[in-house]
Amino acid sequence: MSHHIIEVKDLQYTYPDGTPALRGVSFLLTHGETVALVGANGAGKSTLLLHLNGCLIPQAGMVRIGDFPLTRKTLPHVRRTVGMVFQDPDDQLFMPVVYDDVAFGPLNLGLPQEDVEERVMNALSIVGATHLKDRPPYRLSGGEKRSVAIASVLSMAPSILVMDEPTASLDPKARRQLIHLLKTFTHTIIIATHDLDMVLDLCARTIVLKEGQVLADGPTWEILQNEELLDSGHLEKPLRLQGCPRCGGERECP
Amino acid sequence: MANIESSFLDVSYLDTLSYQTTIIHRLDPRIKLITTLFFIATVLSFGKYEIAGLIPFVIYPVVLIALGNLPIAYLLKKVLVAAPFAFFVGIFNPLMDRAVLVQLGPLELSGGWVSFASIMIRFILTVTAALILIASTGFNSVCMALEKMGAPKSLAVQLLLLYRYLFVLGDEASRLTRARSLRTFESRGLGFKVFTNMIGQLLLRTLDRAKRVHLAMRCRGFDGEIRVSRPLKIGGRDLGFMLGWSGLFVLMRLYPIPQWMGGMVAELLK
Amino acid sequence: MHMADALISPTVGGAMWVVTAGLTAYSAGKLKENIDDSRVPLMGVLGAFIFAAQMINFSIPGTGSSGHLGGGMILAILLGPHAAFLTMASILTVQALFFADGGLLALGCNIFNLGFFPCFLAYPFIYRKIVGERPTPRRILVGSLVAAILGLQMGAFGVVLETLFSGISELPFGAFLLLMQPIHLAIGVVEGLVTAAVVTFVWKARPEIMETAIAPRAIKAFSMRKVLGGLLVITVLTGGVLSWFASTNPDGLEWSMFRTSGKEELEAPQKGVHALLAALQEKIAFLPDYSFRKSAKEEPEKAGEAQTRGKSTKEESWPAVSVGTSLSGLIGGLMTLIIAGFIGFGLRKYQGRKR
Repeated sequence: MSHHIIEVKDLQYTYPDGTPALRGVSFLLTHGETVALVGANGAGKSTLLLHLNGCLIPQAGMVRIGDFPLTRKTLPHVRRTVGMVFQDPDDQLFMPVVYDDVAFGPLNLGLPQEDVEERVMNALSIVGATHLKDRPPYRLSGGEKRSVAIASVLSMAPSILVMDEPTASLDPKARRQLIHLLKTFTHTIIIATHDLDMVLDLCARTIVLKEGQVLADGPTWEILQNEELLDSGHLEKPLRLQGCPRCGGERECP
Repeated sequence: MANIESSFLDVSYLDTLSYQTTIIHRLDPRIKLITTLFFIATVLSFGKYEIAGLIPFVIYPVVLIALGNLPIAYLLKKVLVAAPFAFFVGIFNPLMDRAVLVQLGPLELSGGWVSFASIMIRFILTVTAALILIASTGFNSVCMALEKMGAPKSLAVQLLLLYRYLFVLGDEASRLTRARSLRTFESRGLGFKVFTNMIGQLLLRTLDRAKRVHLAMRCRGFDGEIRVSRPLKIGGRDLGFMLGWSGLFVLMRLYPIPQWMGGMVAELLK
Repeated sequence: MHMADALISPTVGGAMWVVTAGLTAYSAGKLKENIDDSRVPLMGVLGAFIFAAQMINFSIPGTGSSGHLGGGMILAILLGPHAAFLTMASILTVQALFFADGGLLALGCNIFNLGFFPCFLAYPFIYRKIVGERPTPRRILVGSLVAAILGLQMGAFGVVLETLFSGISELPFGAFLLLMQPIHLAIGVVEGLVTAAVVTFVWKARPEIMETAIAPRAIKAFSMRKVLGGLLVITVLTGGVLSWFASTNPDGLEWSMFRTSGKEELEAPQKGVHALLAALQEKIAFLPDYSFRKSAKEEPEKAGEAQTRGKSTKEESWPAVSVGTSLSGLIGGLMTLIIAGFIGFGLRKYQGRKR
């Protein structure tokens, strides 16, 4: 199943105003991997994500999704393969009611009515939101919005999921539910986030970006233990790996 | 629109009302739209000195409010809030038109007062009808109805998106005003300069949001057209509603029902 | 200012609906021609922005009142005339439905007054002419100010004409004009200043946005003569058809036109500057002296009118009943109200029991 692969090779991107955002990023994601993309604000995470489903076209270097390099020609194919979950669900949920929003993608794929219906209900039941289908998005809680945003992408049956800050502005319980949900997915997933505790739970591998370049790429456990590396990437050890707040010791206080 | 923040609350309250499932709410939105328009047109087609002929039309809002389980006090309050323009233009009628039109014993009513009363009754009837339409149908369904009835698709889509982001941007704007009011004292800081900076900021954020929404659309195969699948079906009950009411409106327009009833009472008293 | 349902006749409302529907279809068609799918969300979100921006106001120094953004002009500058017209139309629709600003039948009038004038006249022929291809803050200021003021003046004039042709309000043309135009001059100045300031702000912060907005797009393909010609034809046709229909009813368009013109002859037989000044003076002091004279003059006319009205009712297929002339009308009206109240009460009880 080679279409679950993402390959990025020496990707460069400079914004129209001259700010360089990506300065030669390379990595390879294989089928079924869940990878975290971490780094300081402005390190280039969002710009990188926008390349992965063709919102931006590489200026130099290459992005390959499955068997196809990303070009204007392969854009429809790439968009079908890669599902992008945006940071602010209000940007993603633009249709009047939840059902319409989840059906938006399948309808654009030109599927017949029955298939659309099936896909929508299927996607909603995966995220546990079938009861929300007739609600307008502005009547959903933050966690519900996030679930529905994910469903609106799942209904297009992508092989690869790209997520930008999925746990941002969720309450702890909704965050935990989201982590459980993501654990059940078999897609190739790439998550850009500051939530390193979630990274610890979900992602076996972590890529650290700094100033538009890959600072480190390896097993999450190793990277999140390396304080020197984390510090230079404007990051911090996940709370769970830090010492006890009462005695500063490595283990829990008795 | 003096207090727009509360207007936003109103929108969301009317929106809530439209999620009920009463017999009125379940009618096809097109039917309700057409009936409402016909009601308004019939009411407005009366002559300007008409009062008694307008009164039977009250039956339409009354029945819909009752069957649609709508809060009558709230709707009346909304009608009052909207009254000033009609009132201020109408109030000139009594000043301009002083010819006596009605003689009630010693009491003389000028044509101006009669036509002013007529304006206010028209106003109450038409505004209530429009509010009932939205409270019993919901904005999205009204848009669907418009589109199904031949309004340009781009207008329908535009209406849907506007309504969707009304709440999002309304929140943003109220955060901005709150932030300002927390740091203004004795109206310093409420001036023009600060105001335009705020509006400018809000506009920039809005433009950025439009860009992100567009990206989100493109990511899901958007090609310039928004496809909305919502089968609407007009059943016998819908047709009955429309024809029944329209027939009643025509009857009430043609025959002076109150006149007859009043006449009968007068006969009895004699 | 929004035209209200209560003040217009179905003839005027219907004619303006048809005109506005034509303009909407034309704009939607134009939008489809130059495909740019980023416009779709942009229009929707900017429409919501106008609402949100109206939540924010500023205090106007020395008056104790406050001002806020109206919207038509800034939309035209950011979106171009066609998209701005559609956006304005949807804003006014939402206002009509939720805030009871205007009304459903008056919606055509309102979209025309607040959409057509700023988007199709003030923006292309005033703002663009003044600002040109290379904007400067000063040009933006002058352009916005002049365009907003004139756009609103035209809109206010539209309100006056629509009210006049509807014949529901007794306000004489001149007095209403003198009431509306100065108010809208003030509103226009505020609108122009706000528009200029916001446009300049955006232009300084993100010049690229304004450049794409300023790029000559649809304007060149936009033939004003055709549009105006089409509008004229539509208006005359619908006006004609509707007033023919309404002529069975003495309160239609023709009747009101006849009334006003008749009044005009009675009141202002002289012409020229002198008459104008006299009329002005009369209007400034239009209470109570003015109306006294008028009522005295109108009395016989009105009486005759009532008679013709009474007569005509018998012959017409849509009899306009001359009600209120007798007690029975009032009693009957009261009874109808009470019965309606009972019906509503009963239905609600019934509804409640079913639940």
